[in-house]
Amino acid sequence: MAFRQKHLLSIEQLHPDEIQTLLDLSDKYADQNRKSGHGSSALAGLTQVNMFFENSTRTLASFELAGKRLGATVMNMSMQASSIKKGETLIDTALTLNAMHPDLLVVRHPHSGAVELLSEKVNCAVLNAGDGRHEHPTQALLDALTIRRAKGRLHRLTVAICGDIAHSRVARSNIHLLGKMENRLRLIGPPTLIPPGASDWGVEVYDNMAEGLKDADVVMMLRLQKERMDGAFIPSEREYYHRYGLDADKLRAAKDDAIVMHPGPMNRGVEIDGTLADDINRSHIQEQVEMGVAVRMAAMDLLARNLRQAPTGVMV
Amino acid sequence: MKTLFKNARLIDPVAGTVETGFLEIEDGRIVARGTGKAPKSDAETVDCNDKYLAPGIVDIGVKVSEPGERHKESFRSAGQAAAAGGVTTMVTRPDTLPAIDNPETLEFVTRRANEAAPVNVLPMAALTRGRRGRQMVEIGFMLDAGAVAFTDCDTVVQDNKVLSRCLTYARSLGALVIGHPQDPGLSKGAAVTSGKFASLKGLPYVSPMAERMGLDRDLALVEMTGVRYHADQITVARSLPPLERAKKNGLDVTAGVSIHHLALNELDVGDYRTFFKVKPPLRSEDDRKAMVAAVASGLIDIISSMHTPQDEESKRLPFEEAASGAVALETLLPAALRLYHSGELTLPQLFRALSLNPSKRLGLETGSLNVGAPADFVLFDPDLPFVLDRFKLKSKSKNTPFDGQRMQGKVLATYVGGKPVYRRS
Repeated sequence: MAFRQKHLLSIEQLHPDEIQTLLDLSDKYADQNRKSGHGSSALAGLTQVNMFFENSTRTLASFELAGKRLGATVMNMSMQASSIKKGETLIDTALTLNAMHPDLLVVRHPHSGAVELLSEKVNCAVLNAGDGRHEHPTQALLDALTIRRAKGRLHRLTVAICGDIAHSRVARSNIHLLGKMENRLRLIGPPTLIPPGASDWGVEVYDNMAEGLKDADVVMMLRLQKERMDGAFIPSEREYYHRYGLDADKLRAAKDDAIVMHPGPMNRGVEIDGTLADDINRSHIQEQVEMGVAVRMAAMDLLARNLRQAPTGVMV
Repeated sequence: MKTLFKNARLIDPVAGTVETGFLEIEDGRIVARGTGKAPKSDAETVDCNDKYLAPGIVDIGVKVSEPGERHKESFRSAGQAAAAGGVTTMVTRPDTLPAIDNPETLEFVTRRANEAAPVNVLPMAALTRGRRGRQMVEIGFMLDAGAVAFTDCDTVVQDNKVLSRCLTYARSLGALVIGHPQDPGLSKGAAVTSGKFASLKGLPYVSPMAERMGLDRDLALVEMTGVRYHADQITVARSLPPLERAKKNGLDVTAGVSIHHLALNELDVGDYRTFFKVKPPLRSEDDRKAMVAAVASGLIDIISSMHTPQDEESKRLPFEEAASGAVALETLLPAALRLYHSGELTLPQLFRALSLNPSKRLGLETGSLNVGAPADFVLFDPDLPFVLDRFKLKSKSKNTPFDGQRMQGKVLATYVGGKPVYRRS
C-alpha cells in the first residue's frame, strides 16, 4: 500500500500498511547508511527547515543529517531565541516561514497539538518532531524498526514501557504504533506518572516492575525529568531508582532474550543502570539512534514523493 | 395602547404547561391571558401562527467586554446578539478590564448599557477588589448603584478567612453571592477534564473532583455565614449529592450550568479545537447526562450562556495557550432546544431554567407570562432548521463551538417591555 499522507503529524493517523511501507523503506536506508558513500539525491533541490521551539540535540541532529544525506538544503531555526521572544504568535511565524516556500518543515513544540495547528497554515509537508505530551511519531517508528530488526517481527510481542508515561509523547506514539501492529502492551510506573484513563487504552497498567516485566520481549525505559521531583510526582531519585530503575536484577523477570531500549538522553542510575545500558547483548540504545536517521530519511523521502505529485504543492 | 398576540402556544414555566391561547399587553405589561381563541378586540393584533411564545430569557453571567476590550464585544453588539437570541435580560459579569469593583465603574456600565443595549441589562459586581481575593468591595454602595449580585467570576477567592468575611458582610445586606466552585490547586493550568481523552491528547487536565471540593468548601462557608449563594456552573455528577444535601438542609443555595455543558462533551474538542475550550472544561458524556437530568429534576436551577467573547488571536493558538470561553447569546436557545428535540427536557422545564428561576433568584418580576408581569417574551419556532454560520452572529467575536453545525429552532421576534427589539427578517 502506498503512503498517502501529506504530513507526518502523528502515529494515530497512520494506517498499519503505511507504517509497514515506512519501515520497509527505512530498512533500506539503514542498510545503505552502513556502507560508505551513503549519499542519495531523493530530496535534491528541496528545502528542509527544522523549526525547534524546544531544546533538542539528538532529534535535531538526526533530522539534519537525514535531510543532508538525501541532498536537501537544510536550515535550522532555534525558535526559543527568536520571534517568540518578540511576541509573534505561532500562526504568524508559520505564515512568515511559508512565504519562503520550504518543502519540508520539521517542527518541535512544547504544546500538544501545536504542530497540527501549524500544518493547517502552510503549503509544505510538516513532520512532527514532538509536540508537548502528545506525539513523537519518528521516535515510535525508529523504535519499531529497532524492534523489528532485533526480533524479526513487529507483532505478537509483549512490550513493557516503563517510567514517566504521563509526560511522555514517546510513550503515546509507541502505544499507538505497537497497538496498531497487534502487540501486547504494558505500562509500568508509579501511579503519579501514569495518566488517568490509561487503562482504557487497551494496555495493561502495573505499578510493580517485577509483575510488569514478566515474560516481556521488549523493555522500553523512559527518561525521568528532574523537574518531576518539584511537582511531587515522586519522592526522590534514589527511591525511584530502587523501585523503577532497570538493572540486571529486575530484567530477570523478562524473557531471557528481551531487549532493552531507551529514547535518550539517559539518566544513568535514575531510570537505568549504566552497566546494563552498555551491555551490547541486551541494550539496543545505540541502534535506536542509528535507526533514527534511517527512519527520518524514509519519512521525508515518502512525503517528498507525495509533495511532487500534489497538484497544489509548492513544487514548480 | 394595547397589543394582542393571538394563536400562540404559550409556554408557562410556572404551571409547567404549553397551551394555545392569547396574550394582551398594555404599557409594557401583560394585562390579559387566556386559552383558545382570542376575544374580539380593537387592539393592534399580532398573529403568532401557532408558534411558541415564552417568557424572555434571563441570562446570568454574560461577559460584555466593556470596559477594556470593546473590540471583542460592546453593549451594542452584545445587546443585539441577546435580542436575536431571545435573551431579554443580560446579567453581566464584572471580569472586565478593569474589573467592575467600584460604584463609579458600575455607573459607567449602567450608562453604556442604557445607551446602547436594546434589552435589559443588570450588572453584577466583583466580590473583591480587582478580583484578587484580598479586599472586599464596597458592597453597600454597589448595591445602591444597582449591582444585582457579587462574584469574582472564574477567579476563586482562595483565602477562606477573607471569603468568610465577604459572605458575612454580604449576608447582612441581603446580597446574592455567586461562586465558581473549583479547587484552585487541583485545577491549576488545566485545559481539559482528566480521563482517557485528555491523556491521549497529552493535554493538562483537572479531575472532576476539583469542582466537588470547591463546592464543598463554598457550601461549608454558606452554612457558616447564612449568605444567599448561587454556584455559577455545576458540571459534574460528583457535585450533585452535596448540592442536594445543602438544599435539603435549608441553605439558601441555587446552582447553574452553562449551555455548553448540557449540549457538548469532552470528545467535541477533537483535534485541539480551541472554540471548545471553556472553563470549567467540557466533561464526560456521563456527566453531561447527569447535568441534563439535574435540570429536569430542578436540582440545577438555572441554565445560562456563559457568553464569553474572545477574538480570533486569542483562540488561534495551541490548545493549552488559547483563551477559554465561547459566545452563546444567540446559540443558547437553539442549543437548549436540542435537549427538547431529543426528548430530554420539556419546553416548560427549559424555560423554568432559562427564564423563571433566574428571575426568581434575582427577585425580578420577569420570567413568566402571568398577568401583571413585564411584557418581556420571545416568539420562536422550535422546528426551523439551519446551519450555523459563525460570521452571521451579531456578536463582535465569533468564537462559537456550534459553527457549521445543524441546529433546529429560531427566534422569530423578541419583545422587551412590550416593544419589539428583534424581528426575524
